Amino acid sequence: MIHRVEVGVREDREDAAGRRLARRIGDDLGLRVETVRVVEVYTIECDAPVETIAAFAADALCDPVLQHHAIDARLPGSFDWAAEVALRPGVTDNVGRTAGEALALHLGRPLGPDELVACSRQYRFSRGPARPEDRPRIVEGLLCNLLIESYRLWEGDTAVWFTAHVPRVTLDHQPRVRTWRLDLSDEELLRLSRDNVWALSLAELRAIEAYFRRPDARALRAREGLPPEPTDVELECLAQTWSEHCKHKIFSARIRYQGPDGAEREIDSLFRTWVRGTTEAVRAARGDRDLCVSVFDDNAGVVRFLPDWHLVFKVETHNSPSALDPYGGALTGIVGVNRDPFGTGLGARLFCNTDVFCFAPPDWKGELPPRLLAPRRVLEGVREGVEHGGNKSGIPTVNGSVVFHERYLGKPLVYCGTGGILPARVGDREGHRKYHAPGDAIVMVGGRIGKDGIHGATFSSEELHEGSPATAVQIGDPITQKRMTDFLLVARDAGLYSGLTDNGAGGLSSSVGEMARQTGGADLDLTRAPLKYAGLDPWEILLSEAQERMTVAVPPDRLPEFLDLARRMGVLATVLGSFTDDGVFRVRYDGKVVAALHMDFLHDGLPRLELRARWNAPAPAPVRPPAPQDLGAVLERVLARPNVCSKHYWVRQYDHEVQGGSVVKPLCGARGTGPSDAAVLRPVLDSPRAVVVAHGIAPKYADLDAGAAAFSAIDEGIRNAVAAGADPDTLVGLDNFCWPDPVAGPRNPDGEHKLAQLVRTCEALHQACLAHGIPLISGKDSMKNDYQHGDVRISIPPTLLFTVLGQIPDAARAVTMDFKRPGETVYLVGRTAEELGGSEYFALLGETGGVPPAARPEEQARLYRKLHAAMAEGLVSACHDCSDGGLAAALAECAFAGDTGAEIDLRPLAADGLDRDDLLLFAESNGRFVVTARLGSEARFETRMAGLPCRPIGRTHPGGRLRITGLEGSVVLDRDVRELEAAWRAPFDFAGEDREDGHA
Amino acid sequence: MPERCRVFVLAGNGTNCEVETAHAWRRAGADAADIVPIWDWAAGRRSLDDYEILTFPGGFMDGDDLGSARACAHRLRHTAPRPGGPTLLEEVVAFVRRGGLVLGICNGFQLLVKIGLLPNGHEDPRPTTTLGPNARGRFEDRWVRLVTDPASPCLFTRGLGEFELPVRHGEGRLLFADGAVRRAAVERHLVPLRYALQGLPTDRYPFNPNGSEEAAAALTDPTGRILGLMPHPEAFVTRTQHPRWTRENVPEEGAGLRLFRNAVQAVRNSPAP
Repeated sequence: MIHRVEVGVREDREDAAGRRLARRIGDDLGLRVETVRVVEVYTIECDAPVETIAAFAADALCDPVLQHHAIDARLPGSFDWAAEVALRPGVTDNVGRTAGEALALHLGRPLGPDELVACSRQYRFSRGPARPEDRPRIVEGLLCNLLIESYRLWEGDTAVWFTAHVPRVTLDHQPRVRTWRLDLSDEELLRLSRDNVWALSLAELRAIEAYFRRPDARALRAREGLPPEPTDVELECLAQTWSEHCKHKIFSARIRYQGPDGAEREIDSLFRTWVRGTTEAVRAARGDRDLCVSVFDDNAGVVRFLPDWHLVFKVETHNSPSALDPYGGALTGIVGVNRDPFGTGLGARLFCNTDVFCFAPPDWKGELPPRLLAPRRVLEGVREGVEHGGNKSGIPTVNGSVVFHERYLGKPLVYCGTGGILPARVGDREGHRKYHAPGDAIVMVGGRIGKDGIHGATFSSEELHEGSPATAVQIGDPITQKRMTDFLLVARDAGLYSGLTDNGAGGLSSSVGEMARQTGGADLDLTRAPLKYAGLDPWEILLSEAQERMTVAVPPDRLPEFLDLARRMGVLATVLGSFTDDGVFRVRYDGKVVAALHMDFLHDGLPRLELRARWNAPAPAPVRPPAPQDLGAVLERVLARPNVCSKHYWVRQYDHEVQGGSVVKPLCGARGTGPSDAAVLRPVLDSPRAVVVAHGIAPKYADLDAGAAAFSAIDEGIRNAVAAGADPDTLVGLDNFCWPDPVAGPRNPDGEHKLAQLVRTCEALHQACLAHGIPLISGKDSMKNDYQHGDVRISIPPTLLFTVLGQIPDAARAVTMDFKRPGETVYLVGRTAEELGGSEYFALLGETGGVPPAARPEEQARLYRKLHAAMAEGLVSACHDCSDGGLAAALAECAFAGDTGAEIDLRPLAADGLDRDDLLLFAESNGRFVVTARLGSEARFETRMAGLPCRPIGRTHPGGRLRITGLEGSVVLDRDVRELEAAWRAPFDFAGEDREDGHA
Repeated sequence: MPERCRVFVLAGNGTNCEVETAHAWRRAGADAADIVPIWDWAAGRRSLDDYEILTFPGGFMDGDDLGSARACAHRLRHTAPRPGGPTLLEEVVAFVRRGGLVLGICNGFQLLVKIGLLPNGHEDPRPTTTLGPNARGRFEDRWVRLVTDPASPCLFTRGLGEFELPVRHGEGRLLFADGAVRRAAVERHLVPLRYALQGLPTDRYPFNPNGSEEAAAALTDPTGRILGLMPHPEAFVTRTQHPRWTRENVPEEGAGLRLFRNAVQAVRNSPAP
């Protein structure tokens, strides 16, 4: 029998979720609805009497104090119209799964194959919108993503009501294995690749064709009972293993590069030359002070922290899925990157998340191209996805940014990072290594397999278009993952497995394929894989990106204990085969071998790309817009710009303190309004040693000079870490590139320049990291961040995220950015140049020219070490990075964070050569900090900084005003710091935190 | 000879704060603070018999998918370690009856309310109060000021006065079933901690972060041996956890630790059974 249970907040109680929604309908869509109420609908298909279902609903689904419920009837209440939104069949339904588990407990037996609970959501609207034809706009604009959900409307007909509807996947499909002939024309081959979403190039297809003609390949196939032609399992496996996402073909390509100076040269792999090469050089220079333990050869980078503990860190992107389904995409992004540090070495416990989002401005008003979602909706969906992914996993979200640029309309960027803490030793083994050997069982742990995310790896290597597949979207399940990681940490410490890795992009094909490199082969039987529903072809089982799964290698003698522990802890674990050493990746299904590929070809058979890069942009030239009259008004407008203004809307909704290690939180100061430069936290509660997590990102300079954007991002990341107290000798970096397609083609005429921008960025990375002595420990690239529809092409600005990890031996030495008390001397550390190209000030004026901030990494490296020495001595009471919005914004932030005024005089800065107050106040030159010396420590501080650009520019002041005397000696800016704070907080105060009557 | 003080910290299935909560208990002087997987408890491999204090830490048990702590409350009511034997809920009730202390933090507080142990206690466990979605309809992480009701029977909050702790929840709005329940709770001093502004209980956001009735941040039972609270005492046991430690004189030991110390002290002073 099928029953419907409706559960809602009682009519005499306030429905907070409904009220928040009514407000969003007004804010986002400009429509007015007076009240909205939200009803949870459980559709229960179960072989039990209705009395049992009624008892279950009362016991498990409804809160008797706050809610009421109805079974197989409309929940009482008055409203004008209603919509019911349900997930499409096969989309992960976390609430339904939990309700199903509760029902099984209630019945005292597991649910049968025909029994299930599905959750959908009903919205009831009263008094609005004015025009009934706007009703679908509300549903489709805010409540329902048609890609993964469907909806039904009820428009007031009292004779009918919603009926039960079970979203069951029914695949009327007999699993099969197809073979493909590859002896085709170029055109036919390419069509085959396109039709099957393999995203393979002609050269790659030809290499595959040649492999299958190799005598050893033919002999192998004959032995295994395979036909000479490749099976779909083999081709899909090769296509995903060779995808841009997995093989980083552009970073490995041979590139002929013509730089701004016109000279041509060849670069033999950007990765080898500028990324790995940089790390090798830095490690060699550091000698026995080298912190790296494991870099570039596992799921995440590993560095030394305490004698017993290593730090592990990884940053990933999840852009394309987030464009299609912002909530599910971002949620999967965060729980997905969690599995990278978790699957590093023998497994790390996770202690922090970071998130950096790049969006189109939320007030963007143009016509939306097909398939794109409104920027505001993307922003809110992504925010909520990361909230649920991070908060429910119990991992604090400690550091992040939200960056705006119109061209992120084409693809939003969602960077998610995770830090872990790895035991240096597990028993007699080193924690950062894997020990699996031939004969070890391949065990899949976690959720079941469905069509989720099939072709995700190849899809993310493609531009977004109208026909992008819905199966590319997955929804993560933090609780299933939490159970799995709880179990695996117990199993790790009991020595029950020898190695593990994440099932992410490419699914089993990727995880088993990667782990098999250590032993030299694998033998996998897909018939054993636990499925969500029947009807999957073997290649789909192999490639599925169904979430919350790890692949674990278990020695035969530990297998019974491993499986028993999994059963006891409520975690699904299934033996799928074993690792071998015969050099073959072998896959079986239904008693037959369906794939047999030589490991060397699978991993090393990929032909290298040959690319051209040509710099094609004018050298930036200085421009000078007319000087404004009222610098105070300009400052307020700069503070209110999306890239500068307060991000408390995000920060407050992310748990940034769970696990108890918090030392410097994202917001600091007298009233918790100051923007901290970096997160500081103690991942090991018994030790005072702290980790500093910071980042830099500066795509706004990239159109002027991608090299300047890279230097600025790197310097900002380092500066932020140093400002919070990190020791410059402990810094390590992570590079994450998100690029528009840098391969030239008919639809991408400036591809060669985009590749040249990538080359410049990599050179900058190399130069800056070498100067600062920072090794790169991990990185990732995402290369096709473009939108194409007809003739419309939107390419994101080239974007480098540089994440920095640092350490402080004693957390109590951390420094925050808020001015601490009146009467302290304020210094500007670093030099200011006429570098306003791409600045917030120029953007405000509509000025697109100018010179972006230059690189001076050697000078900055010296400066930061001196500043740090002064901080470590306790001479510095506040330190804040000067970046977006320049000196003026930094001073304002320090002042209102400390709820303290300041009297500032720009004349000591005249030596820097700028002759206009506005240029001096809003230039975004790198390498600068606003610093206050601790009262009484001024002389010592100045002595420590002698010979370096460090000028006293005024004092903190009890008056509560920021008053600035200009180069001419007159007051040029005089503002109440609380007014500045209000201007800074207002733009994204979406939840009305600052409104007395505020209703969210 | 002081009594032993061993703490059972429940973990698994979505708890998130067990490590720092156990750490706080050890710093407060407990002899042992064991993190016990819920599966081991449910299977009878671990028992409350070996402990003096039971703690339900913060987290999202079962994802809070059916409303905060609802699925977990249902689990405790319907899971019996031995077929036909007492359920986990009955074990908790028996534990309180024989003098055990129970602390529920955040999700753990939601659980204590939803299994009906708060505010009515083990003599009459039925849900008359709830923790619903915050008035602003969203999760928030922020620090709040709390004032203690000195007349409360609660053993945990004795002498705490006014202090600060972080809240981190989306469903912390305390609602009484009706006026009678509310009056009874107030008259019996079962609201030991209230959100405060300038030393006085407040309804004003964000000082009262969730719109709780009676500005209630916590509930205790008539014996004072059970405490549930939305703020996180385990998140303020040391100076550098405070949001303004770089600008104010914050003592080395955080205010939250005193709550754990009170409980350890109460166990040590209790008469031998």
